[in-house]
Amino acid sequence: MSDSRHARITNAATILAALVLISTSVNAAEHAATQASTTPASNSAFHPPSEQEIPNNAFGKMVKRGEDLFVNTQQLRGKYVGNGLNCANCHIDRGRLANSAPMWAAWVHYPAYRGKNHMVNTMAERIQGCFRYSENGAPPPANGDVIKALETYFYWLAKGAPVGAKMKGRGYPKLSKAAEKPDFARGKQVFKAHCAICHGDNGHGTKQHGKYVFPPLWGKDSYNWGAGMHRVNTAAAFIHANMPLGKPNSLSEQQAWDVAAYVNSHERPQDPRFKGNVAQTKAKYHKHDCRYGNRVDGVTLGRKSYPNPLAHR
Amino acid sequence: MGNSSKLRLLSLAIILALPTAAGAATGKTIAASGNGRGAAPCSSCHGADGSGNAAAGYPRLAGLSQAYLVKQLHDFADGRRNNAVMQPMAKALSKQEINSVASYYSKLKSNSADKSKEQAPPALGKQLVLRGDWDKKIPACVQCHGPGARGAGSHFPALAGQYAGYIETQLEAWKSGQRSNDPDGLMKAVAERLSSKQIKAAAAYLQSLPSHLPSHSK
Repeated sequence: MSDSRHARITNAATILAALVLISTSVNAAEHAATQASTTPASNSAFHPPSEQEIPNNAFGKMVKRGEDLFVNTQQLRGKYVGNGLNCANCHIDRGRLANSAPMWAAWVHYPAYRGKNHMVNTMAERIQGCFRYSENGAPPPANGDVIKALETYFYWLAKGAPVGAKMKGRGYPKLSKAAEKPDFARGKQVFKAHCAICHGDNGHGTKQHGKYVFPPLWGKDSYNWGAGMHRVNTAAAFIHANMPLGKPNSLSEQQAWDVAAYVNSHERPQDPRFKGNVAQTKAKYHKHDCRYGNRVDGVTLGRKSYPNPLAHR
Repeated sequence: MGNSSKLRLLSLAIILALPTAAGAATGKTIAASGNGRGAAPCSSCHGADGSGNAAAGYPRLAGLSQAYLVKQLHDFADGRRNNAVMQPMAKALSKQEINSVASYYSKLKSNSADKSKEQAPPALGKQLVLRGDWDKKIPACVQCHGPGARGAGSHFPALAGQYAGYIETQLEAWKSGQRSNDPDGLMKAVAERLSSKQIKAAAAYLQSLPSHLPSHSK
């Protein structure tokens, strides 16, 4: 890049950064952020590198393999995946999008201690957890090709991200406590009005040519009772920031709470830590905001959960 | 129109309608000859094979889902979708005829737009269709319209192989508010964030995509 061009871009970045700072308008800030995507990452929001920047070599090939696995995780169905979900269903825009649990933010925060399994987890172990719970499958070997490709992709997305530092846009933005207790009946109304178009009246998703275009939200092909998304607070946060697709932040926080409670009050695959007793599993592993083991609509959730199709592995 | 010609049309309609039990014209008949009660033959504008007419801006109908076509015809009839040409046609069709003509077109296959490839589609279009522009909260077209933009469920029509001019007109219509019959305002929300340049590029790329999978592919 020539010096003059570099100077122009730097000036533009400065002006845009200033615009972000002085602007109180969300739209103006978004616009500036868009413009800034071609310039070095500013302090305000991290931008992962663009697809065009993937190098044309063995490393780049592995990045692309990881991206492909992330977007079309169904290629591992029956091997490591036991349901109808792809990583990118809950990590929108291929794990790139801020406030949609982006992988660039996750990468720089591992290894980390997790209360879920009371130990320090490497990124490989964390990914294995996703396969076990969110994908209702079996963990790929930590030293195998799947984990290697996914880790390479995450590492590449996080290029230039500060290791261990707080990053804006990590995870899903926490909502304030629900003004009214999240309600199944109200949630059902929200679901019918804003979710069923894509996810179907029965929440089982929409398939085209035998493959899910819109993911199932409950039932045998969805995430299991051990996945993070089965928590009402996690689902509410994800929904509010990301759903419906193309209309983020369009539901009220109360609507997000209600519809999250509704979605997560349906049967889904069993918690893999279940040893034959719902009450015991609930007491040991579900001390959080979830409906597992609760009686909803006359049934105790967890009693008729679906088995893991890869449990024999 | 004189009474005698009305009578002739009416008898023609009755003859055409003979094979159906309820007296409604079949989808194939409506497509080829109209229903004799005010609905002109669909094929005169949308082509005998449902491949449309790029120059005139008439969309390809072949292979679009029945549910989508049914909704559009009802929306034209009730004015929820604004179109001076289609409204009287749709109004003239009975509910059964709408179902039947929509079923007919949903089963046709067409490759027409593939032949109209004139130049390589722009990279920007490919980017939008396959990856979106998430800095502007624009999902990839294929996230709702299905892999290869060949449609998904009953609400998201196939866009692959559709005429670029038609897609462009519709996106601009959503953007301006002239078209508003999308469920939950989903298309409008996205169209509003698309620049005209992005609309043109996405439309060109969508037109270049094959409208259906080759029969030998999985």
